[in-house]
Amino acid sequence: MAVGKSIPRLDAVDKVTGRTKYTDDLCDRGALVARVLHSTIAHGWVRSIDITAAQAIPGVVKVITCFDVPKHPFPTAGHPWSTDPAHQDVADRLLLTDHVRFYGDDVAAVVAENEVAAAQALRAIQVEYEELPFVLDPMEARREGAPRLHEPYPDNVLGHTSIARGDYEAAIREPGLIRVEGWYDTPTVQHCHLENFICFAFMEGDRIHVVTSTQIPHIVRRVVGQALGIDWGRVRVVKPYIGGGFGNKQDVLYEPLCAYLSLCLGGRLVKLDVPREETFVCNRVRHAVRSHIITYARPDGTFVARKLEAFSDQGAYASHGHGIAAKGMGAFPQLYPCPNVQADAYTVFTNKPTSGAMRGYGIPQAMFAVESHTDDVARALGMTPMELRRKNLMPQGYRDEFSKNENYHDTFGQCLDRGEAYVDYARKWAEYEKPQTGPVRRGIGVAAFWYNTAVWPIALETSSCRIVLNQDGSVQVQTGETEIGQGADTVQAQMAAQVLGIPVEKVHVISCQDTDVTPFGTGAYASRQTYIAGFSIRQTAVLLKERILRYARELTRMDPENLDIREGKIVRAADGRVYMTLGELATEALYSLTRSQHLTAESTYQIKTNAYSFGCSFAEVEVDIPLCKVKILNLVNVHDCGKVINPCLAEGQVHGGMSMGIGYGLSEKLLFDPKTGKTLNNNLLDYKLGSFLDHPELDALFVENEEPTSAFGTKALGEPPVCAVAPALRNAIYQATGVAFDEIPINPHVMFREFSQAGLLKKEENHV
Amino acid sequence: MGIQYKQIKCTVNGTVRETMVDVRASLTDLLRNDFRLTGVKKGCEVGECGACNVLIDGECFNSCIYLAVWADGKSIRTVEGLQGPEGELSDLQQAFVEEGAVQCGFCTPGVLMSAAEVLERGKEYTREELRRELSGHLCRCTGYEKILNAVEKTMKNRLGKGSEQ
Repeated sequence: MAVGKSIPRLDAVDKVTGRTKYTDDLCDRGALVARVLHSTIAHGWVRSIDITAAQAIPGVVKVITCFDVPKHPFPTAGHPWSTDPAHQDVADRLLLTDHVRFYGDDVAAVVAENEVAAAQALRAIQVEYEELPFVLDPMEARREGAPRLHEPYPDNVLGHTSIARGDYEAAIREPGLIRVEGWYDTPTVQHCHLENFICFAFMEGDRIHVVTSTQIPHIVRRVVGQALGIDWGRVRVVKPYIGGGFGNKQDVLYEPLCAYLSLCLGGRLVKLDVPREETFVCNRVRHAVRSHIITYARPDGTFVARKLEAFSDQGAYASHGHGIAAKGMGAFPQLYPCPNVQADAYTVFTNKPTSGAMRGYGIPQAMFAVESHTDDVARALGMTPMELRRKNLMPQGYRDEFSKNENYHDTFGQCLDRGEAYVDYARKWAEYEKPQTGPVRRGIGVAAFWYNTAVWPIALETSSCRIVLNQDGSVQVQTGETEIGQGADTVQAQMAAQVLGIPVEKVHVISCQDTDVTPFGTGAYASRQTYIAGFSIRQTAVLLKERILRYARELTRMDPENLDIREGKIVRAADGRVYMTLGELATEALYSLTRSQHLTAESTYQIKTNAYSFGCSFAEVEVDIPLCKVKILNLVNVHDCGKVINPCLAEGQVHGGMSMGIGYGLSEKLLFDPKTGKTLNNNLLDYKLGSFLDHPELDALFVENEEPTSAFGTKALGEPPVCAVAPALRNAIYQATGVAFDEIPINPHVMFREFSQAGLLKKEENHV
Repeated sequence: MGIQYKQIKCTVNGTVRETMVDVRASLTDLLRNDFRLTGVKKGCEVGECGACNVLIDGECFNSCIYLAVWADGKSIRTVEGLQGPEGELSDLQQAFVEEGAVQCGFCTPGVLMSAAEVLERGKEYTREELRRELSGHLCRCTGYEKILNAVEKTMKNRLGKGSEQ
């Protein structure tokens, strides 16, 4: 059985030898170099651009300004296209813009023979702006009279949705309820994949080819067509190996501009390689969300009525838009079902870098708020956080009427049990509850998370697969699902091998995605691919197996119903008699002078189910109060992602998500100059990405309840690991210090402020 | 001002190479563009991430902030030089494969070169010391856990203290 084994990644040997080709490695050295000129104001109009000096620089080939580009507004979100205009993404981007909406907006582009000339040209371009007032805070942006970013949104609110259950106002009048209220803030952070965004474009015939570091090749194809105003079939997009994405590359970034620049130059090869500093500002970031939660509970811990307001900072352009805040809000009434709920989520434009998709898609923000609040409620009620969670978390049998998702097992109970035993939670909790007085104090925290797999029924879920049999009995597998470093190719090979009955070494997954030849698919996002591709791989492998066994009938005289493929051999099912190898059959089939046939199969499967994927994080910390320093002693994630297809790769996913959660909770935050709107720490020194030294040992545990809706019993794992780490850390720090932090990252600056206010820092230590 | 070139001679993965380099070029540029050693990765180009690390006379450097002209007379090793004469994987590379230390793979070549330098010292390090030795590298995929496992395993095996001995 190939599924369930820790086989090494298919691309591991290539990656440790350096022979893996990423986008830049494939680009011819003769490529022209494109660079983008970014605005130096946060809001306003470009009144004029003088490119005379730039054009005079030797090596400069072309300078294009915002006044030159075609006016085809396009959306950038990596969502499946909707044929219903009402459900299409907001098309608010142009290739370059004269209406500058954030410090760093794209106003001009240069193409040069080399990087030095391109850089010189950028400096030589003179831009005259008419500045407008700008707004950086989403709460202020909603106020009357605030600067308006986009004409169709007079109050800067891109989206506002609500959830109402029961009667909140009536329910809170019940006598004896305890009311707990809190505001919780999450920061703007960036994906920080090691490979920056890069693409190159060239023409052949009348078609434009784009090779790009993306998670969504087929979507990029569509958007390049939309942005250039050309037929989508004239666009070919190739995705080689990519150096991480984490959602940033689930947006169309500079592919349309690069394609346009090539078009302007008669199809010459143009490369657009975004420097790290621009990746932080001019790609996408995670939405900062401000959440306000009120809980009314009975003294026994029963939740009676709950209210949530969430304000999501969209930045300058719509990108993935309100989907993030809406998904976060959707988790609120489900994680802790409560009869009376009122929730409102707002997504608000500000003059800041554009927020898009990032690992967790709104859930890490929501979980920080909700799970910090859960501990606040527990403290107010005099219950332990564990007791309160066990009493109120989504029970087995819960079913969501919209998605039809069902909590088939006691997932939360089992995950909490597993983690509690593993970290010796109960004993440590009791020990750390005793009064602590020294400068170094310890605490242990827990947080749960809600997640679901894929995007159905909000949007289309479809997967296509092609399997081609070779003469030696091996196969090539292609799907529209995209390898971005997570190991998709490897688990797809395992699934195909299992259904076909061949050794996994005989499955060659074509990793490179090429929209000219790869079956259609929407890409890597929503932790969907293992679940989604499973259906089309199973369906296509069954189809190919039927064809193989039908062919075997002529060679064996056995009815296909009596035959099977096992370990790459055609066998009689009942007694296992071997007739021939699959290779012998394939060779005969291809070269037969009487009945030649290339045995292949291709099919599409539309998925109309979805699956919850839940778990929890446990964190144990030691806080040095005078130093304002947190040391993580223990960090454990427990996941029920259904059947684990490849335990080693699954652990790797969990470790990476936990790592991102540590940064989210303790160190990462993009800072903006309030006077100019400029991003202040857009580099890997000043943006505090955790190093080897900032990480504890990471433990990943699994509770494997097979998901009954799934082709292989599996469900989401890519994004869930990041979701509950930050609140688990916050709750541990709360127990250690008694300070209920209501914002992340809990970095030394924030700790110094809060510990000072709490009187935890003695005078002589209070150096300012 | 015209572009200035300088002739340099250096050893790259055991082969003597002579070439003209733009005096402004980084060693990363030389290795990637002139010698097509694309295993040398560019993650920041200012010495922050470690993806471009190579060994220069046995010591690990960020090749992006090391001028190509400084390589004159030096011996340089990149990830492409880690395999054996028949193309076989080194024990360190094999451990990265087996331990699942690779995800997107973009930081991998640089980390491998730092680890190669550390392990070639033949000393035994604690896990905490290994973290310090490798702390010049950023990885967004792995949380460093399995990278550390792979490096530690190789170290122990080389010192005859591994579980496989």
